[in-house]
Amino acid sequence: MAETLFEKIWRRHAVCEDAGSTVLYVDLHLVHEVTSPQAFEGLRLAGRGVRRPDLTVATMDHNVPTTDRSLPVADPIARQQMDTLLANCRDFGIACYGLGDPRQGIVHIIGPELGLTQPGMTIVCGDSHTSTHGAFGALAFGIGTSEVEHALATQTLVQRRPRTMEVRVDGRLGLGVGPKDVILAIIGRIGVDGAVGHVIEYTGEVIRGLSMEGRMTVCNMSIEAGARAGMIAPDDTTAAYIKGRPAAPSGTAWEQAVADWASLRSDPGASYDRTVVVDGGAIIPHVSWGTNPAQVAPVTGAVPDPEQWDNPSDRQAVQRALEYMGLRPGTRLDQVAIDRVFIGSCTNSRIEDLRAAAEVARGRRVAPTVHAMVVPGSVQVKRQAEAEGLDAVFRDAGFEWREPGCSMCLGMNPDILAEGERCASTSNRNFEGRQGKGGRTHLVSPPMAAAAAIAGHLVDVRSFDAERAGIA
Amino acid sequence: MEPFRRVAGVAAPLDRPNVDTDQIIPKQFLKRIERTGYGPFLFYDWRFRGDGVTENPDFELNREPWRHPPILLAGRNFGSGSSREHAVWALMDYGVRAVIAPSFGDIFFSNALQNGLLPVRLPEAVLSRWMDAAREEPGLEAVVDLEAGAVDFAGERQPIDLDPEARRRLLEGLDAIALTLRHSADIDAYEARRSSWLPVTGGAGR
Repeated sequence: MAETLFEKIWRRHAVCEDAGSTVLYVDLHLVHEVTSPQAFEGLRLAGRGVRRPDLTVATMDHNVPTTDRSLPVADPIARQQMDTLLANCRDFGIACYGLGDPRQGIVHIIGPELGLTQPGMTIVCGDSHTSTHGAFGALAFGIGTSEVEHALATQTLVQRRPRTMEVRVDGRLGLGVGPKDVILAIIGRIGVDGAVGHVIEYTGEVIRGLSMEGRMTVCNMSIEAGARAGMIAPDDTTAAYIKGRPAAPSGTAWEQAVADWASLRSDPGASYDRTVVVDGGAIIPHVSWGTNPAQVAPVTGAVPDPEQWDNPSDRQAVQRALEYMGLRPGTRLDQVAIDRVFIGSCTNSRIEDLRAAAEVARGRRVAPTVHAMVVPGSVQVKRQAEAEGLDAVFRDAGFEWREPGCSMCLGMNPDILAEGERCASTSNRNFEGRQGKGGRTHLVSPPMAAAAAIAGHLVDVRSFDAERAGIA
Repeated sequence: MEPFRRVAGVAAPLDRPNVDTDQIIPKQFLKRIERTGYGPFLFYDWRFRGDGVTENPDFELNREPWRHPPILLAGRNFGSGSSREHAVWALMDYGVRAVIAPSFGDIFFSNALQNGLLPVRLPEAVLSRWMDAAREEPGLEAVVDLEAGAVDFAGERQPIDLDPEARRRLLEGLDAIALTLRHSADIDAYEARRSSWLPVTGGAGR
C-alpha cells in the first residue's frame, strides 16, 4: 500500500503495539538543562538507569548567558540548573556539551551540525521546537519532562498515531522572500491550531529548492501551527549537508545509508488526511503584529481591525493582542518604530541566516534609537561566521556580537526586553511576555530584522535593498 | 501518578483562545529543579500587576469563587506552545484537577495525562454555553466523573472522549514507565535489528 514518509518512519520504529498505542523506538534523545532535572530525579527515585546513553546527548542553551564566557554565571538558580545537568550526565554516562565546549549550542542547531540528525530517524527532546530536525526527513517532536524520563529509561515513547497533513508550496519565491516568510505565511493561513494532532510533510517546488538551513527554519515552526511534527523528504541537498560531519556514516556505511534514504519519500498515490496548497510566488515578506505566530501580515500591509473577526471570543483576543502590542488598526506595518533587534534562536541562528542578515547590514549603521544583537546558534556557527568576517560586518554596523544560546527568544537568561520595548526578532514566538514582561515582539526573517535595525522601524527588505542598488 | 477518578467543584471560565504555556507559567519560573512549588506562579503575568504582588482584579481567577478552582473551562487550543510540563505542574499545584476545552496543544495534552490532570475535549458550542452559565452563576459546580465517563454541568451531561487505555491509566494512577518496561524483550529484539549505520553520541556505549 502506498505510504507517506511519516507512515514509513512510524512503521519502522514500532517496537510493538500496546492497547491502541505504539511503543515507538527513539533513535536520538536530545537533553537540555531546563526540562531534564525532574526526569533524572524521577529515575533516581525509581532506581532506574538510562537505557541508551550512547543515543542520548545533552547541551546547555536555554539559560546560558551570552556575554563573556570566562566569567561565572551570575544567576545562582540558572547556575544550579546547569550544574545539575552536568552532574546528571556524569552520573548516567551521557555526553554533555556545556559552557566552554566547542560543541555547545542550541540543542536544535547542534544535532544537525554534529551529523547526529539523519533521515528516517526518530528524534525527541524536551522542547517543542524539536520539529526542526524533521528538515532531514526524520520524525522529530517535542515532549514533556515525564516523557523525557520515559525515553531515558526505555529509549521508547508510547504514542497514539497522529494524522498526516501535506503542506505543498508551489512556484518560486520572489526576491527578498525567504523560508521564514514561507512558514509565517503558512501559519497565518492555517492558524496556531491549524495542524493540531497532525504531522506536516512540506512538499512542492519551493521546499525542494530550500537549503537545509531554510528547511530547518520551516520545520522548526511547525509547532507554531500546532503540529506534532513537520518533515521534508531527504534528497541530495540533505545528503550533501550530512556528509563528512562527525556522526555521519562513512565508507560502506555511507553507501548503505544513502541507499536507504532514497526510499524515504511518500509513495505516489499515498494519501494525507489533509492537504493545503500555498502559492509560493505570492508570498511577501511577513511580519507578526499580534501575540501569536498566526497573527501575521505582509509587511506591505497594515495592522488589522478587530471588527474583521466575527466570533466574539476571537475578536476580543485580537483586541487584547493589539492592546498588548500598543498598535492601532490601520497603522502601516512599515511605519512601526522599533527599539530592539534580536537575530538568533533555533529558528534563525544558523550560518546562512547570519550571512543573509550580514548582507543587509554590510556598510550600514544601526539606527541610533535601536539596540541590536546577534546571537549565533552554536559555538561552531560563531566560529564559522567569524572566519567569514561576518562578526566584523555586524560590529561595524553597530550590532552586538554575542556568545551562543537561546537568549532573547525566551529570555530565560539576562537577555530580555524591558516593559513596552518593541523588538524585531528572528525567533519563533511573539507570545505576551515571551521576550520579557511587557515586551512586544515582531517576528521577521533575518534580512528583515537587519533592515529594521538600520531603518529604526519595520521595513520591507525588498525596497530597502533596491534603495541601496540605486545608490550604488 | 496521582489517579483521577471523580472531581466535583467550582468550574471557572477562562474565555480566551490559544492560552499558551508561556502564560500558564512564565519562563522565569522554569529554573527550579523540582516538580513542586509552581502554583504561586500560575498565570503570573495575568494574575499580578508589574510589581508581582498586587492582584489584577480583572483576571478571572482573582475573583471569588473562582480562586483555586478544581475545574477550569477554557478556550480552544489550551496549552499551546512550549513543551514545558511545568504548566501542568503549576495548574495542579494551584488546585486545578481538570481542564475542559474545545482543543488542547498536543504536548500539553500528553503532559496532563502523565500527571493525573484530566483534559476534557468538548465541542466549542458546549463550552460557549457553559462559560455563559458559569458567568451567570459563578458558584456553579461541575462534576467530572472519569469512572462514569461524563461531565455534568449546568443541567447538562457531556461524555468524556478519552482513549480507553489513557482512561485506565488515569483511573488507576499507573506508572507509564513500568508499563513500558513489560515490553523489554520487544525493545531488546528491536535494538538487535536496528541499522548498523545509525549514529551514536559520545555517551557511554552499551
